[in-house]
Amino acid sequence: MSDWELGLLDSSSLKLLGGVVVVLVVATVIAWLLGRRLGPMSTIVNLKQRINAWWLMVALIGAVLAAGETVTIVLFLLLSLLALREFITISPTGRGDHKVLVWLVFIIPAVHYWFLWEHWYGMFSVFIPVYAFLFLPTRNALAGQTAGFLQRTAAIQWALMVCVYALSYAPALLQLPLAMEAGRDAAEGSAPGTGGATGAHLLLFLLIVVQGSDVLQYVWGKTLGRHPIAPSVSPNKTWEGFIGGVLSATALGAALWWITPFNPLMAALLALISCVMGFAGGLVMSAIKRDRGIKDFGSTIPGHGGIMDRLDSLCFAAPVFFHAVRFFYT
Amino acid sequence: MNVGRASRRSLAKLISAFAGARVVTAAGESELDLPEQAIYYANHSSHLDFLTIWAALPAGLQQRARPVAAKDYWGSGVRKAFAEQIFNAYLVERHGSSSHRQRTSDSGVSPKGQVEGMAEVLAAGDSLIIFPEGTRGDGETIAQFHGGLYKLARLHPEVPVVPVTLANLGRILPKGERIPVPHLSTVIFCEPLHLAPDEDKSTFLARARQVLVEGLAKHQGPQSADTARQDDGGSAPRSHPGQDNL
Repeated sequence: MSDWELGLLDSSSLKLLGGVVVVLVVATVIAWLLGRRLGPMSTIVNLKQRINAWWLMVALIGAVLAAGETVTIVLFLLLSLLALREFITISPTGRGDHKVLVWLVFIIPAVHYWFLWEHWYGMFSVFIPVYAFLFLPTRNALAGQTAGFLQRTAAIQWALMVCVYALSYAPALLQLPLAMEAGRDAAEGSAPGTGGATGAHLLLFLLIVVQGSDVLQYVWGKTLGRHPIAPSVSPNKTWEGFIGGVLSATALGAALWWITPFNPLMAALLALISCVMGFAGGLVMSAIKRDRGIKDFGSTIPGHGGIMDRLDSLCFAAPVFFHAVRFFYT
Repeated sequence: MNVGRASRRSLAKLISAFAGARVVTAAGESELDLPEQAIYYANHSSHLDFLTIWAALPAGLQQRARPVAAKDYWGSGVRKAFAEQIFNAYLVERHGSSSHRQRTSDSGVSPKGQVEGMAEVLAAGDSLIIFPEGTRGDGETIAQFHGGLYKLARLHPEVPVVPVTLANLGRILPKGERIPVPHLSTVIFCEPLHLAPDEDKSTFLARARQVLVEGLAKHQGPQSADTARQDDGGSAPRSHPGQDNL
C-alpha cells in the first residue's frame, strides 16, 4: 500500500481524505438525527445543505488531485473566475469600466495561472502585484471616465488580488516540495507535477486546517459564543468562536504533522498562522458584504452562499502559508 | 426533434450559467408559478435580455415563448438564423430611429401591423417576450413605455401580463460593448398584471413600469461610483433596499 500513487495522491493523502470522509459521515448522521428530533428547522436545513456541499467539495478536491497538477490548477483558475464574477458584481464599477473588466476577467487570470503552471516563480509572484496593478488603472484612465476613479480602480485591483492572486497560492503549494528538497533554483521552471504527493500533502494540510478552522469557529460560536468581536461587521463572530476555533484547528494541524515535512511544533505554528489569517479573511469579506448591503456573495454553493463565502479564509491564509513555508524550508 | 429540444435546454442552461442568473419570484421564492400563456415584458439594457428570460423559463413554457426582436438588428445573416431558428423570435420593424423622443408621446407609435402581428402570435396560443421601452437603456433607469404593451393587453385581456425585472444584465453586456463580462444577474418574475376594464393607456403603462422600477431598486447591484447619490456615500449598509429607488 505504501507505493500506491494516483496522480498527486498517495496512501497518506488517501488516509487523510479517509479521515475527512469519516468526519463527514459522523456529521451527516448527527444532522440526520437532529433533523428527526427537531423537525425541518431552517438551521437544520442549512446544516444539511452545508454538509452535502462539503461532500461534493471533498470529492472534487480528491478528484483533481488524482488527475494531477494541471487539472488542479485549472480548477483553481475556474474558482478564481467564479470568485471574480461575484466580486465585480458587488463592486461599484460603471459602464466606463467595461473594457478594463474584459482584461480583468479574460486575460490577466489566464496569464497569471499560466506562469503558475510553468513553475515560473519570479513571474508568478510579481505579474499581478506589479504589472497588472499598474496596467489596470492606466487602461481605465484611457477610457476617460474620472468620476469615482479611485474607488472603481481600487475595487477592480482588490478583486484581482483577492480572487486571483491570493487564491492561486493554494495550488502554488504543489510546487514547493522540489524547492524544499533541491533548492529554489532547481524548482524554477520545473515541470508541473514535480511536487508529487508531498505537494498534495501541503495543499491538503492547508485546506483541512483552514476550512476546519472555519467549521470549528462556527461550532464554538454557535454553542458558546457570547461576546462579539466586531458586532458592526459580523454579529456571528465571537471571541469564544474565534479562540475555540483557532485553538482546536491549531491542535488539528499539529496532529497532522506526520503528513507534512514539518515537526509537530512547526505544524502547530503554521496552522495557527493560517487560522488567524483565515479569520482575518472572513472578517474582511464580512465588512465588504456589510458595506454593500448583502448577506452572501452569491448562491453557488447551497448552504454556504457564493464561492467567495467559502474561499474568503483561504484567500488570506494561502499566501502567508506559502511564503512562510518557502522562507523557512527552502 | 428530441435532439433539438435537448440541445435547446442545454443552450438555456449555458446562457443562465454565463449570466449567473438567479431566477426568483417577487417574493424571493425559487419555485416559479407561471401561467400557461403570458405576455412577458421586461426592462431592456442588453442584447442578453431576451436570451436570459427565454433561458429562465421552464421547459414547457419555453417552447411556446416568442421573444419580440427588432428586425433592423436581428433580421439578417447569422443573427437572423440565431433569433428565428433557435429562439423562435418574432421580428418586428422598429419605427424610424429610437432617438426620436417625441415619437414616444404619440399614440401607439407602432407602424401598422406591428401590434396586430404580435396579437396573432397570442391568438395562436404562444407567449410573447417584449421590451416596452423599445430600445436598450443604461441599465440603471427605465425609459417611458411605448404603447404596444397596452394595446396587446386590450386585444387579449385573457392573457396575463407578467412583469419581469432584469437586474445587472446591462453590466454583463452594456450597450455599445461587444464582449460580455460575467456578473451575477437576477431574473425576477413578478405577479401578473390585469388590465382594469376602464383603465386608460397612460395609467396602465405607468403601473406596469412602476413594477419594474421597484424591482430594479430592490435587486440591482451597487450603483456605480459615477452615478451614486451624494447622500448614499457608498458606505451605509442598505438595510432598507426599498428606499433606494431611482
